[in-house]
Amino acid sequence: MSEAKKSTLVDVPSKVRLPERDLGKMPVLEVAHLGIDFGGLTAVDEFNLTMGPTEITGLIGPNGAGKTTIFNLLTKVYQQTRGSVLLDGKDTHGMNTIQVNKAGIARTFQNIRLFDKLSVEDNVKVGLHNHMNYHLPSALLRLPTYWKEEKKAHEKAMDLLKIFDMENLANVPAGSLPYGAQRRLEIVRALATEPKLLLLDEPAAGMNPSETAELMENIAKIRDTFQIAIMLIEHDMNLVMNVCEGIAVLNFGKLIAKGTPSEIQNNEEVIEAYLGKKKEV
Amino acid sequence: MKNVLKKWTSLSKNSRDGFINYGIVIVFFVIFQSLLSTKSLSNSLSGQLVPICVYVVVALALNLVVGISGELSLGQAGFMGVGAFTGVIVSTCLQSSISNGPIRLIFAIIFGAMIAGIAGLLIGIPVLRLRGDYLAIVTLAFGEIIKNILNCLYVGVDSHGLHFGMVDIPSLGMEADGITIINGPMGAVGITKISTFLAGIILVILTLVIIQNLINSRTGRAIMAIRDNRIAAEACGINVTKYKLIAFVTSAAIAGAAGALYGLNFSTIVPKKFDFNTSILILVFVVLGGIGNIRGTLIAATVLYILPELLREFADYRMLIYAIVLILVMLVTNNEKAKQLINRVLVKLKLRKAKEGE
Repeated sequence: MSEAKKSTLVDVPSKVRLPERDLGKMPVLEVAHLGIDFGGLTAVDEFNLTMGPTEITGLIGPNGAGKTTIFNLLTKVYQQTRGSVLLDGKDTHGMNTIQVNKAGIARTFQNIRLFDKLSVEDNVKVGLHNHMNYHLPSALLRLPTYWKEEKKAHEKAMDLLKIFDMENLANVPAGSLPYGAQRRLEIVRALATEPKLLLLDEPAAGMNPSETAELMENIAKIRDTFQIAIMLIEHDMNLVMNVCEGIAVLNFGKLIAKGTPSEIQNNEEVIEAYLGKKKEV
Repeated sequence: MKNVLKKWTSLSKNSRDGFINYGIVIVFFVIFQSLLSTKSLSNSLSGQLVPICVYVVVALALNLVVGISGELSLGQAGFMGVGAFTGVIVSTCLQSSISNGPIRLIFAIIFGAMIAGIAGLLIGIPVLRLRGDYLAIVTLAFGEIIKNILNCLYVGVDSHGLHFGMVDIPSLGMEADGITIINGPMGAVGITKISTFLAGIILVILTLVIIQNLINSRTGRAIMAIRDNRIAAEACGINVTKYKLIAFVTSAAIAGAAGALYGLNFSTIVPKKFDFNTSILILVFVVLGGIGNIRGTLIAATVLYILPELLREFADYRMLIYAIVLILVMLVTNNEKAKQLINRVLVKLKLRKAKEGE
């Protein structure tokens, strides 16, 4: 990277901007100076982001820009080399994936990771795992608490599946679902863990235009119903520009722009990252 | 009748399957018990009834690790051995105070399960950090270690209580009235046989209850989720090590209970019985029954255990035929095309049902 390019990075506004309705509320996510090195390679550097509790943020950038790495950092699949992540004001430093999930971050995966042999309903119930209140002995003896909690979980799972009209697929093995349905099931399962922040890694990948349109509606609907923040990685610009209130653009592990969809669309550096430099005549 | 039918169809598929399994075991018990009481069973076969129950239980327990938790364990016989010798020790010690055989058997089984469970915990904590082939090899090694420890274990009891040693019987320093319970490689001799077919069947049903109720609970779902996708399970807030350990320890404890029943079914029992070959035999039951398939394990363990007995008339060719049957069953049940066909039909049926539901 040339020196001139580096100097422009400083100019990128990193001041906190939130949707109007989230003003005055505690941000759900405050990421500051986040960075990770793999050996000598800096995969992510100086990533800063603040999200309101009901904000939908898009994370975009060319392939290999470090988008999924940021998801892995937020969910502690990797531990950061630098910087801090505050979830609801609490530092997540030193937590592991499980603790972060309990603290309120749920995610989906770019390459779908469902529990293939379990039924659709059981997949959602695994998401409900930490919200079911009985222990192994009461399950082995089938005590009343077992039945009560299982019934509650069943109803909850069905309610969640209704978001995507999947309740009639409840008994089908997850592995045999069509591709689009698998992506939707991953979202339902993530929602079942009752997150404050939902991370969607390319939710529209492999979907056809009508499925994508439906997904867009559903993402907004999920935010409205559950009042949670959603961060999504997506290459479908139509989806990103329509659904997201804020967009962060990454290139080579660095944040090159942050702003509203219209600001991003007109940002020189973003255009350059995607399409290359204009040839000077 | 109509009411019963209605209730039956309202049950989930899992609980229906469970009840069918209990039914199979009870029918099996009724048939063989009536054959036994009319003395129409051959001597050799009637002597096999308790071992059948034992191997069914141990195979079901192994299925919990191999099929439900998805980890290959090759040390199951070791846990069975721990249970067997614990059972024998407990039974011999209680002989004077509790003369009632069945009650002594219950104590023996409980202690056998507990000690084998503890052994499972001690082995599981370091071992379950490994996966796949590595885990299989390490469990194999631990199974052999257990066998070898049992092989040089000397236990006696006298008025001062239990004496343990690893050298020989005299070095235990027992009083004159002391009884030798376990004599190193000679194993335990002079055991009072207190195991019964009924006890075996009760243990099978108890095992089924434990495993089926476990699978249909949040714990079981967590274990299967880890099997299907470890990373996603963690992202759902599931503690991978904890649930793997639960499956492993439960399996070891059940194998220990079965071992205690096994040990108290014979007048002598040697440590060599619980070696690698037995572990593999149990694994064969599980694999042939269909990994993760409870009813399959149930049937495969029974049939494959009786088979060598039934093949006695072929004398020298017995094991050859046994091996051929194994290979044939393996070929038929693992035929990819047959499997795909069945899967396709099942999925289609389910999807159609779902569509009709709309």
